[in-house]
Amino acid sequence: MSSSSQNIPAPSPVAIRSGNLCRNYRMGETLIRAVDGVSLDVPTGEFVALLGSSGSGKSSMLNLIAGLDRPTSGSVVVQDRDLAKLSREELAKYRLHVVGMVFQSFNLIASMTLAENVELPLRFAEVDRAKRDALVTEALERVGLRARMNHRPSELSGGEQQRAALARALINRPQLLLADEPTGNLDSRTGTEIMNMVREFNRELGMTVVMVTHERALAERYAQRMIFLADGKLVDDERNVPAAIPAGVRGNES
Amino acid sequence: MKLPDLTELALRNLRESFLRNSLTTVGISVGVASLVAMLSLGIGLQQLASRRLVKSGLFDTVVVTSRRDLRSMGREEERSGPSPGESRILDEAARHEIEHLPNVLEAYPDIRFITELRFDDKPHLTMVSAMPDSMKSNDAFDGMQGSFFTSDTAPEAILQKSFAEELLGKSPPQGAQEPAVSELAKPLLGQELTMRYAQRETAPAQTVPLRPNDSSVAGASYSVVSREQKLQIIGVVDLDPESMRGPTRGKVFLPLKLAEGLRVMQPTDIREIARAGSGEPVYSSLSVRVKNPAQVQVVEDAVKKMGFSTFSILDATKSLRQFFAVLDLFLGIFGSLALAVASIGIVNTLVMAILERRREIGIMKAIGASDGDVQKLFFAEAGAMGVLGGIVGVALGWAIGQVINLGTNIYLRRQSLPPEHFWAVPWWLVLSAIGFAFVVSLVSGLYPARRASRLDPVQALRYE
Repeated sequence: MSSSSQNIPAPSPVAIRSGNLCRNYRMGETLIRAVDGVSLDVPTGEFVALLGSSGSGKSSMLNLIAGLDRPTSGSVVVQDRDLAKLSREELAKYRLHVVGMVFQSFNLIASMTLAENVELPLRFAEVDRAKRDALVTEALERVGLRARMNHRPSELSGGEQQRAALARALINRPQLLLADEPTGNLDSRTGTEIMNMVREFNRELGMTVVMVTHERALAERYAQRMIFLADGKLVDDERNVPAAIPAGVRGNES
Repeated sequence: MKLPDLTELALRNLRESFLRNSLTTVGISVGVASLVAMLSLGIGLQQLASRRLVKSGLFDTVVVTSRRDLRSMGREEERSGPSPGESRILDEAARHEIEHLPNVLEAYPDIRFITELRFDDKPHLTMVSAMPDSMKSNDAFDGMQGSFFTSDTAPEAILQKSFAEELLGKSPPQGAQEPAVSELAKPLLGQELTMRYAQRETAPAQTVPLRPNDSSVAGASYSVVSREQKLQIIGVVDLDPESMRGPTRGKVFLPLKLAEGLRVMQPTDIREIARAGSGEPVYSSLSVRVKNPAQVQVVEDAVKKMGFSTFSILDATKSLRQFFAVLDLFLGIFGSLALAVASIGIVNTLVMAILERRREIGIMKAIGASDGDVQKLFFAEAGAMGVLGGIVGVALGWAIGQVINLGTNIYLRRQSLPPEHFWAVPWWLVLSAIGFAFVVSLVSGLYPARRASRLDPVQALRYE
């Protein structure tokens, strides 16, 4: 399966559909219901925020959508793929081509330069060496880090690292961007900068975005929909008109 | 992931924890070095032993005789070939034919006779033997003083040590220390000897029938003429005159072609002439030198098919090879022990690497690496360590061999023994040692690679 054939099918109107999704962990004697019967639909192109306090199951929910974890029961279908039924190999392919992920702690590989970090998914996708350089340069250009491409992550600020992580997440042109507290380790100014980029990808590339956060204010500024989780259960689902500055008038961006 | 990417990532990962991976690689090198050192010692000793055997000339020579002689030995029952009466005569044509058999180096007659040699106007009666040029490489001549015959027909002589003593009138009393060969050679080299001998001449006319009573010599006759031949002494050698090696049984040695040309009367002549019924030379026996001791059997069979009897000392190299196969096996097992320990080092290093790079593995999986990708990456790292360790190890093993060789030869020279080459690192050993290190490291990588690939990405990402 090549990356292009995965990206070509016309986007289904529903990007993510979960039905009575459950994920239990066993911790010694106690059973922890991290995700407990969540059913929801996310249309293609929507910017969704998953909100809740820590331990509410929002990150577990995100991992299930990302195909990093498997449901204990129920189903999660992304772009017509029932993730519970995919083999380990197919799940890896799904993560490679359909999903892009950014994390609170950036998760760049410390021993590699930015360019090498961004190139890594292309290696897994077995993209031709000749095409890779151009793709990496283009991706780093888009997040404004072209000049820093040969630096290691430790030589960069948190905002720059998260931008590089964004470039890596988008290098295989995924349909779904999953962000786990993307601004959690950043000051508010650089956090805004990152969020503006995420919104830009959401609007310009029509990418479905699911962002996990515990900051209601952040969700209200950017998300079109806010889903509240508590103890693994869906407790509220609100529509929201993003309050952030409209695209194109990004005065506070550097 | 494709192979070039895999290799590139594996090498960069190895560079990241340079010290630990270098130490592991050094471990493999030492293992490979000990394996190479052990095996090359075994191979070297084997080569040395078979070189010695070939040089001795004992095992690569087939003695050919006419089958008629068997009857005279009273072995009537042995009639596997043509009946003795019809068997072929060992004449010049037969010699030529044998010399052109495959794997045959040369076929030469045994020429040996007792005659008188004059030195300083004093006569000495002794055994003279003809020696083919090929004897030059025989280990019997290792300690020779002077030089070997300049050509196969040169009027030159090499003296046996005891005859040299006799010429110089130095017969040491029993039990006294024998004089060194070099001491004897000094006054003799370049001196002239006069050999007086009886030449056999085919007489065209039957003037002097030697044995008129024997009816079978009817057509053949020859005369015997006394002749002299001047010889220059060019070498003195310490040989055992009682040795099994045919041509060395003598006290004075002449070049083979020169001796053949002299047509010296030999004790066996009468019988041979009687049989041949012509003036052509007939040999009582021929020594056939074979290229390689392993081919003795083949040549013997071919000569037997021609209708001659043969004799050879059994191929001793066969049992020698068996012995060395067992020796090599044991040396190899001992050598492999170090490599086995080194392979545990690989397992240890990679398991440590999994712990250290747990988060990295989680990241790679999160951004789309499959189980196979992670597994292959660890495999590649193990393999790279194996190949690098193998290359360094072979070099190390070779160096150890050179040093020991050098040391041994210094010792040998002190003992005034000729230097030897104990160590041999053939190409197949180099390549298979590296290949073996590679395979061993891959096997060592099996468990760590599998463990890394099964890592749960969610947990791995939580790990700090």
